[in-house]
Amino acid sequence: MATKTEFNNPVVRWVDERLPVFTYLDHEYNQFPMPKNLNYWWNFGALASVVLVLMIVTGIMLAMQYTAHVSMAFESVERIMRDVNYGWLLRYIHMNGASMFFIVVYIHVFRGLYFGSYKAPRELLWMLGVVIILLMMATAFLGYVLPWGQMSFWGATVITNLFSAIPFVGDWIVTWLWGGFSVDNPTLNRFFALHYLMPFILFAVVGLHVVAVHITGSNNPTGVDVQSPRDTVSFHPYFTAKDSVGLVLFLFVFAAFVFFAPNYFGEPDNYIKANPLQTPPHIVPEWYFLPFYAILRAVPDNFIGAWMGFTLINAKLAGVIAMFGATIVLFFLPWLDTSKVRSARYRPVYKWFFWVFLADCLLLGYIGSQPAEGAFIWIGRAATAYYFAHFLIVFPVLGWFETPKPLPTSISEPVLKENS
Amino acid sequence: MADEVQTPESDDDGTRRREFLYLATLGVGAVGAAAFAWPIIDSMNPAADVLALSSIEVDLSPIQEGQSVTVKWRGKPVFIRRRTSDEIAAARAVKAGDLVDPQPDEERVQQPEWLILVGVCTHLGCIPLGQKSGEPTGDFGGWFCPCHGSHYDTSGRIRKGPAPKNLDVPNYVFLDDSTVRIG
Ligand code: HEM
Ligand code: FES
Repeated sequence: MATKTEFNNPVVRWVDERLPVFTYLDHEYNQFPMPKNLNYWWNFGALASVVLVLMIVTGIMLAMQYTAHVSMAFESVERIMRDVNYGWLLRYIHMNGASMFFIVVYIHVFRGLYFGSYKAPRELLWMLGVVIILLMMATAFLGYVLPWGQMSFWGATVITNLFSAIPFVGDWIVTWLWGGFSVDNPTLNRFFALHYLMPFILFAVVGLHVVAVHITGSNNPTGVDVQSPRDTVSFHPYFTAKDSVGLVLFLFVFAAFVFFAPNYFGEPDNYIKANPLQTPPHIVPEWYFLPFYAILRAVPDNFIGAWMGFTLINAKLAGVIAMFGATIVLFFLPWLDTSKVRSARYRPVYKWFFWVFLADCLLLGYIGSQPAEGAFIWIGRAATAYYFAHFLIVFPVLGWFETPKPLPTSISEPVLKENS
Repeated sequence: MADEVQTPESDDDGTRRREFLYLATLGVGAVGAAAFAWPIIDSMNPAADVLALSSIEVDLSPIQEGQSVTVKWRGKPVFIRRRTSDEIAAARAVKAGDLVDPQPDEERVQQPEWLILVGVCTHLGCIPLGQKSGEPTGDFGGWFCPCHGSHYDTSGRIRKGPAPKNLDVPNYVFLDDSTVRIG
């Protein structure tokens, strides 16, 4: 924000001299230099921001009609569906919005993995992104409990019980989380309070994430740094336009689910009111948690316990550590990847590992949706081992062995070459 | 002029004194914050009314040998099973070495006939099947948890699957031959 923008409108100028918000907007969203070669994979950050705002707006409207009490929560959601004007629309947008949010953010993350956006100088930006995923997961988990159906209740029970794996204080922590001796009214109440709070924390972290990307500037498909103004175009109108095209297409997909398949991502069991004395035969989490659920279940029974001869780490704890580790390992990626080259376009071997890793994540998702028996157990274990090997072995080792393709001298070079 | 304000014992322009005050203030502030953190954390623990609801009395007279009933206690199911002599014998025949969480059957019951358990799988909290006739009872004739496949025996001990511990035995007392108070 070196120079101040001069505005013609006297009111804008008056405000801007006292609080330079308009200068800020002008610099960051009007003049801001963007690499001119960005493709549509760079749309997903903007899409995620739009979904976040939609979630907050529909969430606040739902909260005005919702009752956080075990004897009324389920009925209050049914009332939203049947009696509240456009309640069905608000709820279906909110419900499917959670799924859309994860699709968009997962694509955004894989974009980063492919083009090396996590590498210096964008490490902190990347780490803020990992914080965003963790907050999203917590928020979605808490929200899913609110309608108080069978999956709400049993999902909450299974997930909160994960904390009982912590040595010594585990049981105490679980009771404290519940505010009682099982998932019950105090639990529902606090989950509602936290579900209302978390999106605003998320909003703040997204703010930091966006400020950080405006410090370093966007990465681009070549992964080569911007060198001169010839490599960039201004944010407006070029990317406001490009983002709008993506947004319209995305909203088509979103609306298709909301209006034509609103329960596609849901579980029918969640339209049965929670019953603390009856576990549904097949508990599955929402689709966006399935890969992590597969990792949780992949650790063999007493595998580590038997080895070490004591039960400080039993299968339960090991599974929990693996599950959280699967996300935490992303924090370290900027240092685990030893290659100096960012974009997979110039990393002939990494390119393949990227697709194998994506396939591995999808496979884990499939395994997570299946009962833990027979061949699924072994496939789940192998896929989990590969997941961690990708980060802990492939990334560090590949940087040493791979010969990257020659990098272009600038962002413009490959384009000029293609057209000459 | 400023020099005159210095106290004689400060040998370094008062830096040390300022540092001490700084640390002391920070320390007192930290202690205060920590002291306030506890009420905040503890407010999330079970409240007095939740604790007050924590015991129930159950009439055992309608339960026949080989039958089970489920009652709700502290929001969780409690399994009460009137065991057959075969089940008792099976539970007592097991060697400690075969158990994941070794505990003799004698320590898990007050009267061999009456097995009273918290019906919550010690893995991740699902309710095991086996209470109603026709439900699977697992490889050891007790209970089977469908969530991730834990098998419990006729003493409610974990025998196979991911659960680390036996089903909990709640505190209970027999008030007379046919009434038990749980909690
Ligand atoms: C990061 C943004 C958010 C995510 C990912 C999210 C996620 C969810 C999910 C998955 C559900 C369950 C939907 C269902 O199956 O019915 C839900 C329900 C709910 N959420 Fe959110 N939410 C977000 C923001 C908010 C906000 C900001 C509020 C309120 C201020 C809110 C209020 C509610 C209410 C009242 C319900 C219960 C009604 C219902 O089940 O439809 N949410 N949320
Ligand atoms: S909760 Fe019973 S086996 Fe996992």
